[in-house]
Amino acid sequence: MLEIKNLVVQIEDNRILNGLNLTVKDGEVAAIMGPNGSGKSTLSYVIAGKEDYEVLDGEILLDGQNVLEMAPDERAAAGVFLAFQYPLEIPGVGTMTFLKACLNAQRKARGEAELSTPDFIRAVNGAADKLEINKEMLKRALNVGFSGGEKKRMEILQMALLQPKFCVLDETDSGLDIDALRIVSEGVNALRAEGRSFLVITHYQRLLNHIVPDVVHVMSKGQIVRTGGKELALELEASGYAEYRTGEAA
Amino acid sequence: MAEVTNLRTGAETGLSALFEAGRKSFATEEAIGREEAFKFFEATGLPSRRVEAFKYTDLRAAIAEAAPSAEAPSAEAARNAVAAAKGFAEVEAARLTFVNGHLIRALSDLSGLPEGVAVTPINDAMGKGDVRLRRLAPVPQARDNAIYQLNTAFLADGVLISVAPGAKPALPLHLRFIGTGSAPFSTATRALVDLGEGSEVTIVESHEGPDGLTYQPNDALDVHIGKGGTFRHSRLNIEGNAAVALSTLSVRLDDEAKLETVAVVTGAVLSRHQIFLNIAGESTHVVVNGASMLRDGQLADSTLLADHAAVGGIGREQFKTVIDGDATGVFQGKIIVRQAAQQTDGKMKSDCLLLTDEGQMMNKPELEIFADDVACGHGATCGAPDDDLLFYLMARGLPRPEAQSLLVQAFLGEAIETVTHEGARAALIGEIEGWLRARG
Repeated sequence: MLEIKNLVVQIEDNRILNGLNLTVKDGEVAAIMGPNGSGKSTLSYVIAGKEDYEVLDGEILLDGQNVLEMAPDERAAAGVFLAFQYPLEIPGVGTMTFLKACLNAQRKARGEAELSTPDFIRAVNGAADKLEINKEMLKRALNVGFSGGEKKRMEILQMALLQPKFCVLDETDSGLDIDALRIVSEGVNALRAEGRSFLVITHYQRLLNHIVPDVVHVMSKGQIVRTGGKELALELEASGYAEYRTGEAA
Repeated sequence: MAEVTNLRTGAETGLSALFEAGRKSFATEEAIGREEAFKFFEATGLPSRRVEAFKYTDLRAAIAEAAPSAEAPSAEAARNAVAAAKGFAEVEAARLTFVNGHLIRALSDLSGLPEGVAVTPINDAMGKGDVRLRRLAPVPQARDNAIYQLNTAFLADGVLISVAPGAKPALPLHLRFIGTGSAPFSTATRALVDLGEGSEVTIVESHEGPDGLTYQPNDALDVHIGKGGTFRHSRLNIEGNAAVALSTLSVRLDDEAKLETVAVVTGAVLSRHQIFLNIAGESTHVVVNGASMLRDGQLADSTLLADHAAVGGIGREQFKTVIDGDATGVFQGKIIVRQAAQQTDGKMKSDCLLLTDEGQMMNKPELEIFADDVACGHGATCGAPDDDLLFYLMARGLPRPEAQSLLVQAFLGEAIETVTHEGARAALIGEIEGWLRARG
């Protein structure tokens, strides 16, 4: 599904990823854990195509296609989805308008017909019910005045609607209370399927109690330094990141 | 010290000649103070950047020649112009049609007006010395303004609109101003609106004309909102790309009166829309918004003066400008809070979105506060579309131009969403979408 080879990335002369290699298999849920400053969020942004980062070397292959050569919207149409750590508020853009524009832009890019309004509304309502999203929220401007938990649920709603191939969850657990964590995790678990893989970035093991990973990677100094099964997360929770600390902020 | 004489420009000399020539044909002078208005203009001339209120919009430099006052169009020319008119065409309304500054009675719904609304052509009113004409310029400061005074001096046509006390017509009035022809011309039109106590009315105004034609419309809307009355107003400038369009809205508010006005600008090479508010009554509520979309060397000036003279007025003024390419936006907003106007609550804001590096925005907010128990604020911002927001939208699959359009729509939308009349609001949103589509 996704193969990252020797990825070297810097931002403003500050090297953040140092020859990172990572493979996420078809249908796999891979977790990335690591201390602050190890480059986890940078990795998520580089996969999605944020411009601020300079890629000096390497490839990111999604089903053999190098996404580094694609604009962010082309990556999205190819199936990349980033659930943001801090979803942005967009005053003036209605949530439904936004959802419809995104969905139809992706369908258009893939040469598919636009979804009819009734089908679209049915799809949104179905996904919103599962995520316990109040319909009133859908009438408001995107993420404006939403709580942290509501914003994260809205990210998962988008994921459910857009049906991506490769989902990156960047610290989706941050800012969530116990109930929201359960709802969000159930939303993600419901999307687990053949042909869809997840890269779950987190500091804490607790998210992985809900979204149980197939594999856990430890990231440090811009590289994957250790890989193991789901038990590795429990080990890190007990021992901490001391042995992986970079000692420098990135 | 040598005395400096300001030489008169060709346009100024031309205007004097046109006034002299027109004197014979002008309708009753005294009712509107035409001579006095022209004397004012002769003393000041066209305002240049040396005049503080015209610092960024130098009319002396912009108007090279005085275009002759437009003749009334033939019936056929008027019909063709109306058939091609686009502004607020989808809005169900009673329409009053002006072509080249002349009221076209045959193409106006003078006999199909909503209940409680009476319309008198201004030339009929001037002929009869209608007392309502004394309400011209309900804001004293408008009388010190060259654009307004030129409008008075050359006033050729217009309407008096009266809304009966308590009347709340569901149907809006549409004042449509259409320019047509192939030779330069100028127009001066005036609409006076008198809202009786407790009445509510919506007026939409559209101003349009052909591209490539140098014409100079100057129109004024004078409004008096009686006690507890509500005036809702949307103004659309989609003038041709060579027009120099000048306009003035002056409003006097009595106790508990409400005003909602928005001006949307996409047209004219140079436009200046001036708003003068005389907040004379207590506990008034005013919403004044603007949305300008500019490109290709355009200059659009929005100038506001809100004069709070009574207790407890609420004012919300929000101006949005989007600039694509080498265009210039101007916003001048002044809030005066007189000593008697305690508990005034005023917020004024001007935001500009620059889509390229070539554009410029001039913001001049001013507060003059003489009362001690008030909450007044102003702010101005200017910047490019937010890269993080663009990335968020693109990461969800929107190509860059679509993502940028959505952000522009959202930015301007804040100034439009206060429009109560659904049809007018939809039409204004349609204008924004059309402008963005033309941008490609």
